[in-house]
Amino acid sequence: MITQNASEMAAAVAAGEITSEALTQAHLSRIAEVDEKVHAFLHVDAEGALAQARAVDAARAKGEKLSPLAGVPLALKDVMVQKGVPTTCGSKILEGWRPPYDATVVTKLKNAGVVILGKTNMDEFAMGSSTENSAYGPTHNPWDLTRIPGGSGGGSSASLAAFEAPLAIGTDTGGSIRQPAAVTGTVGVKPTYGGVSRYGLVAFSSSLDQAGPCARTVLDAALLHEIIGGHDTYDSTSIDAPVPAVVAAAKMRNVKGMRIGVVRELGGEGYQAGVLQRFNESVEVLRGLGAEIIEVSCPHFEYALPAYYLIAPSECSSNLARFDAMRFGLRVGDDRARSAEEVMNLTREAGFGPEVKRRIILGTYALSSGYYDAYYGSAQKVRTLIINDFNAAFAQVDVLISPTSPTTAFKIGEKADDPLAMYLNDIATIPVNLAGNCAMSIPCGLAPEDGLPVGLQIIAPAMADDRLYRVGGALEAAFNEAWGGPLMNMAPSLTGGVR
Amino acid sequence: MSEAMLDYDDVIAKYEPTLGLEVHVELNTNSKMFCGCATVFGAEPNTQVCPVCLGMPGSLPFVNERAIESTILIGLALNCEIATWCRFARKNYFYPDMPKNFQISQYDEPICFNGYLDVEVETDDGMRTFRVEIERVHMEEDTGKSLHMGGATGRIHGADYSLLDYNRAGIPLVEIVTKMVPGTEKYAPLVAKAYVAELRDILRSLGVSDVKMEQGSLRCDANVSLSPRGSGVLGTRSETKNVNSLRSVERAIRSEMQRHAARLDDGLKVVQETRHFHEDSGITTSGRSKETAEDYRYFPEPDLVPIAPDPAWVEELRATLPERPSVVRARLQKEWNIADKEMASMVNAGVLAVVMETVALGADSTKARSWWVGEIARQANERGVEVIDVGVTPSDVARIVELVAMGELTDKLARQVVDGVIAGEGRPDDVVATRGLKVVSDDGALLLAIATAIASDAAAAEKVRGGNLNAAGALIGLVMKATQGQADAAKVRELLLKELGQ
Ligand SMILES: [Zn+2]
Repeated sequence: MITQNASEMAAAVAAGEITSEALTQAHLSRIAEVDEKVHAFLHVDAEGALAQARAVDAARAKGEKLSPLAGVPLALKDVMVQKGVPTTCGSKILEGWRPPYDATVVTKLKNAGVVILGKTNMDEFAMGSSTENSAYGPTHNPWDLTRIPGGSGGGSSASLAAFEAPLAIGTDTGGSIRQPAAVTGTVGVKPTYGGVSRYGLVAFSSSLDQAGPCARTVLDAALLHEIIGGHDTYDSTSIDAPVPAVVAAAKMRNVKGMRIGVVRELGGEGYQAGVLQRFNESVEVLRGLGAEIIEVSCPHFEYALPAYYLIAPSECSSNLARFDAMRFGLRVGDDRARSAEEVMNLTREAGFGPEVKRRIILGTYALSSGYYDAYYGSAQKVRTLIINDFNAAFAQVDVLISPTSPTTAFKIGEKADDPLAMYLNDIATIPVNLAGNCAMSIPCGLAPEDGLPVGLQIIAPAMADDRLYRVGGALEAAFNEAWGGPLMNMAPSLTGGVR
Repeated sequence: MSEAMLDYDDVIAKYEPTLGLEVHVELNTNSKMFCGCATVFGAEPNTQVCPVCLGMPGSLPFVNERAIESTILIGLALNCEIATWCRFARKNYFYPDMPKNFQISQYDEPICFNGYLDVEVETDDGMRTFRVEIERVHMEEDTGKSLHMGGATGRIHGADYSLLDYNRAGIPLVEIVTKMVPGTEKYAPLVAKAYVAELRDILRSLGVSDVKMEQGSLRCDANVSLSPRGSGVLGTRSETKNVNSLRSVERAIRSEMQRHAARLDDGLKVVQETRHFHEDSGITTSGRSKETAEDYRYFPEPDLVPIAPDPAWVEELRATLPERPSVVRARLQKEWNIADKEMASMVNAGVLAVVMETVALGADSTKARSWWVGEIARQANERGVEVIDVGVTPSDVARIVELVAMGELTDKLARQVVDGVIAGEGRPDDVVATRGLKVVSDDGALLLAIATAIASDAAAAEKVRGGNLNAAGALIGLVMKATQGQADAAKVRELLLKELGQ
């Protein structure tokens, strides 16, 4: 039953074919069975999950109306706070911290009867593209345990690909939902900035961070999107408008007449041959489904990566200042003789990993007086140019498409000592965060050279998230028909047993 | 280690001062600037906190609309332009009492800018108006408080450990910054004081703050620099922090001018630094040097959307502005028929508002004025507190004036009532009752005391009968003594003379 889609599981719970408790227990057993190999989870809250599941079962028994995903388990990225449940953001500096409140997304999940299994591994404070930067060790890609599951949300995507959970929450600052989805053969959506509340999402880069749904199918992602989306007075930057009709769009399975733009700058040099091959085939599938394919140019995308690596570190240098040992988390060197400032320094020295320190230093430098205009100021101008590129493109087409990531999953350790090579993983995903619009990654096949999943990125204008689901849903249906079932059927079982 | 000071007259003979004033005002909103926490002063430590104002990971600020409204009102009252679009900014620095290690403030886009405030100062040539130009009025959040325990001074130096109270963290603060104020000459300390006093009156009339300097709801940083007379070269300024009374504003500026001048006379440089003012000695001492100036790495606060006050709303707010205190003063001066000097003394003593309230409660303006400027101001001065904080309210004074007018209290008894109120014995009627201060107005009791007096000093009585009214004094004294001072002397005199056929 753990291989079913979330929507099928929800239907089974609603119909009384299975209890949420049994469903949850099945996933907990699966985690117990395979997570030693995958290491998707940093914390499994078995007790809390079972209690939530029993509450859903009780509500059903009383004849209460259940929400569309009631009783279905979910894996929560460890960057999202859940009251009383350890939240580390993959960092030693938060080891042992139990948040005193729920993120808005968590509140919405709880209200919808979604069962939270636990917290998933991630690059420390969401800084990375491989989950190797977690202070608690890397997550392994279920398709090949020697490879990375993407990052920063590698734990969430790996939990889906390992059938430890049918749903997950990710967060995407430069591609942290989409790139892990691409390399694990799952679906991940970065909603429009402001489409999902950031309240309770531990900030990496406030103007770029966006929580979103992760799932194995487009429809499941849409169902989850509808639950977590919407305005929140606790997040001033959340958009005060209804959630786009993503579920209806996911069910349309029709792209006839849609104008689909292929971004010239996102492809070609630096992209793996098998990735480009699967992408080009997907373009032909869309053409075959009746979409009009138009090549568009976004000339300023080439500046997106440098701009991102000024804005994100700048904001992170400020956002991470609060980890100072005064009120929560790690405290190092408090011997009653040292000053508060000395304890702050020792704690931050011991608590942050090298990538986090690298970005704090970069950002501190970029915001310094005398450098601000040249760095942060220029980066903001690039941001405007990228928004202009998108606006020009969306004047011609309804959505844009590109490969999600230039390569398939690489080997653990392969790029660990080369930050720049690591940063290039997000070259196709970063422009969307800078502009604040929305994008989805869906699996589009296995690369012939390594047999690993390839992701296709669909990009839509702000608050047109429904278009992602319309295109994604249609493409997924076409692929499943061509492949004779979902891509996940081709994934290794991890246990050698039947799936 | 007190520094050399030049005589004030010599300072003025040689140097020209330039003032700069930064005032922080805590708004009296019910909730904090960026969360829903209460803002009650003096609550148990860390009882008015939440994930937002504690800077818990994942929490986000949301703006208190009321604070924006209050800030715009302040800007309008200070003749400022109001921004049509502005943003909050983060001011980054590490400090244990600042939960996020950045303060949400405003940087290059203040919500109000380019205003002025005219203040009146009594000069050798009568009242003179000085215009203090306002550079900006902006919003920010207050920090928490560190309590340094175990040391002798309460300062961090020498303390064993520190406790943190975050109740104040996130309380809305408005910072009002003047442009440099030249041309105040020897009146610089008075102009500084008058500015803060006028500002305080305006803020009080707007109802946006408690403006209590001793509680820190109004905090003043006073800057001053000196340039050699006629040189046109601006001197190095020092910044005296948290000067917490009107009188201290004046003293701190004067003291700094004298200290700067002494250094300059000795060929020394004035160091650009923060100074601490000491109420007891009236001098400042060096605080943090600004030589290693902090780089606050300001950038627009990405967690908050820009503020774009609707111009129509701003005009609505403008229409609600109360009468300007200077206009109120001119009107009252006419109504109460008093001279410039008397008005100035009320303003100086910071009692105008309470006098107005007392009068509004029905008291005679002359009486109300004399109580506040006289006895109550004297008592406040003795205790080193502001008049409005000495513990007497306008309704107390109005009641005391009423009791005197009704003949229930003499002036002398009334002063004892004031003492009692200040001592915390309750409201005037409580003090009258518990201290038994009622005038003996019972004719029977008085006549009995008069008869006793006549009997005990027959000679004096005879003189009065013979037309020597001066001799009545001795008899009245006896009666007052017998009634322990609680009789109305005029009434005693009247009854006595009648008794003796006069
Ligand atoms: Zn609060």
